[in-house]
Amino acid sequence: MHSTFHASQHGPTLRQRLAANGFDAVTMLVLPAALFLVLLFIYPFAFGLVLSFEPKNTDASWLANYSRFFADPFLYETIAKTLWLSVPTTLINLFLAVPIAFRVRLMRNQRILTAILVLPITLGTVLVAEGLLNYLGPQGWLNRTLMTIGLIDQPVRLLHNYWGVFISLLLTGFPFTFLLTLSYVTGIDPALEQAAATLGAGAWQRFRHVYLPLLMPGFAITFCLSFVQAFSVFPSAVLLGAPAGPTRVISIAAYQAAFEEYDYSMASAIAMIMGFVQLAIVVAVLASRGLFYRGPASGAKG
Amino acid sequence: MTIALSQFDEVRLDHVSRDFGTLNALRDVSLTIKRGEFVALLGPSGCGKSTTLNCIAGLLPVTGGSIWLDKSRVDTLKPEERGFGMVFQNYALFPHLNVRQNIGFGLKMRGTARVEMERKIDEALALVRLQGQEHKLPGQLSGGQQQRVAIARAIVIEPPLVLMDEPLSNLDAKLRLEMRAEIRRIHNELGATTIYVTHDQDEALSLADRIVVLRDGMIRQVGSPKELYEAPAHLDVADFMGFRNKLKGKVISNHGGHAVIDVEGAQFRGLAREDLPVGTSAFVAIRPDDLMLTEPGGNALKATVETIEYRGREFVGTARSSQGADFVFRSHHSVEPGGSIHLTVADERVLIFADQA
Repeated sequence: MHSTFHASQHGPTLRQRLAANGFDAVTMLVLPAALFLVLLFIYPFAFGLVLSFEPKNTDASWLANYSRFFADPFLYETIAKTLWLSVPTTLINLFLAVPIAFRVRLMRNQRILTAILVLPITLGTVLVAEGLLNYLGPQGWLNRTLMTIGLIDQPVRLLHNYWGVFISLLLTGFPFTFLLTLSYVTGIDPALEQAAATLGAGAWQRFRHVYLPLLMPGFAITFCLSFVQAFSVFPSAVLLGAPAGPTRVISIAAYQAAFEEYDYSMASAIAMIMGFVQLAIVVAVLASRGLFYRGPASGAKG
Repeated sequence: MTIALSQFDEVRLDHVSRDFGTLNALRDVSLTIKRGEFVALLGPSGCGKSTTLNCIAGLLPVTGGSIWLDKSRVDTLKPEERGFGMVFQNYALFPHLNVRQNIGFGLKMRGTARVEMERKIDEALALVRLQGQEHKLPGQLSGGQQQRVAIARAIVIEPPLVLMDEPLSNLDAKLRLEMRAEIRRIHNELGATTIYVTHDQDEALSLADRIVVLRDGMIRQVGSPKELYEAPAHLDVADFMGFRNKLKGKVISNHGGHAVIDVEGAQFRGLAREDLPVGTSAFVAIRPDDLMLTEPGGNALKATVETIEYRGREFVGTARSSQGADFVFRSHHSVEPGGSIHLTVADERVLIFADQA
């Protein structure tokens, strides 16, 4: 009896037991970040979620905002309109980024190109939209050039419709998609391609059988991040699109509910629906990664 | 075994050079390799041995000269058109494919029929003794097993030529010896013409039928392991072949290749391997194994022991002579550091080379 008592006295202290599970004084350093996350993300999200179930009209049921959204085509059609803009542009950007990344990975002056590509990200969508208003307008360079060389008789309408927003999303989304793609492409050991070549695989077969399977998980992540950016399109949909018609995207609906009808509850409900649609697509895409190999993309022993 | 390698008579490198900008990685390399030969390209890092291999494989274009497989020119072909099997230093196994799929990759690219493919993969698996591991991914295999997959993948396509780029350098010492024997066994069974790049003279000596020593992108000497070991043609080749004692001196006399060299007062007799006019500067090269401890007197060199290392069957020590020359020697018994010893060497064990600088 004495010996057991003795042992428990000198057993591991609480501090040692916590440390064994990865909790020590250093763990405290995570607190500021956790606090930041709670204050700026979790609290507003929870606040919005609760608010969306408290309609402006206090007599209505708690689901009134959601039932109104899905009953009114002017509202529920914004989901399709936003998807119709964001999914094709994200996919096109990805398809364009892949061959360019494959070419750029062999270049010596990668950094200069990277710097040029980062620039549009720093400029922001509003400046790009202003530029496009001049460039793509009926009297803009593009139409004037096309008319001068005789390709068209009438200016092509590329502004204040679907295509204006489409082009703007391509331009502002491409650098981001490209940089992500490039980092995934350069992360693959070049010896794998060489090995495939010595085994008789031509350029297309090397891409199809070696690069593509190894890159699919990276492409899925790239798609998700680019898609989420494109889905929340707002400035270019207003400035370059037809915000009352084909480019009335979901963020415009939320904006109008909040700042034109002063119905914050309805605006929160729209924001929740927007978040849910994004989440559904992201989850679906990420889940499909399970179909592919997800280990290290290197041919060597780690 | 029915892995039948494509038949041909010789691979010929004809004045091959390769420049990287202003750097000549390969200069005017000419070499003929006969069918079934195991040739080792040996040299220190940066000597151009891997560049040579990559040029043959087609992974690097040559900037001068040509490469021939019998009468057909291959240096203008893409790597996938050459059909040479290559084993990479880091194995370069496809991480998303299992052992079977890795080995079958080359066959699949060639559009081999399914039944034929399965049969060949089974044979290759048996040859490298990996049965039972075939459904594992490369990440689940040990280094030695990965190496076996890499070899199987290269030979299953029945290439006219197998290229190996330092295949053992990523393995630990024990496994390296094991795989060395494996590579020898596989070569004996298949008779595959092999070009093997290494910086390890033990590997080259034990595996190769013929060794090509490269330095600064040029061929220094070509010969059988025995020729290179016993009669290196230049000081740098001798250095690679284990002549660790290199003492600079002056030629006193030279009669028909039997030269006498004065090294700071001590005289060495030996075989001149290069043209050595009297009065010129020269190097005396001696293997540590040939320096023997002896009694004082005669032509014995007096030296002070600096360090002594235990190596199991023997001791390896370093010593410094009263004139300041450093020696590496071997001994069957231990000697005290700081103690005085006398060293001697048989004249026929001493090689003398011209001072290149």
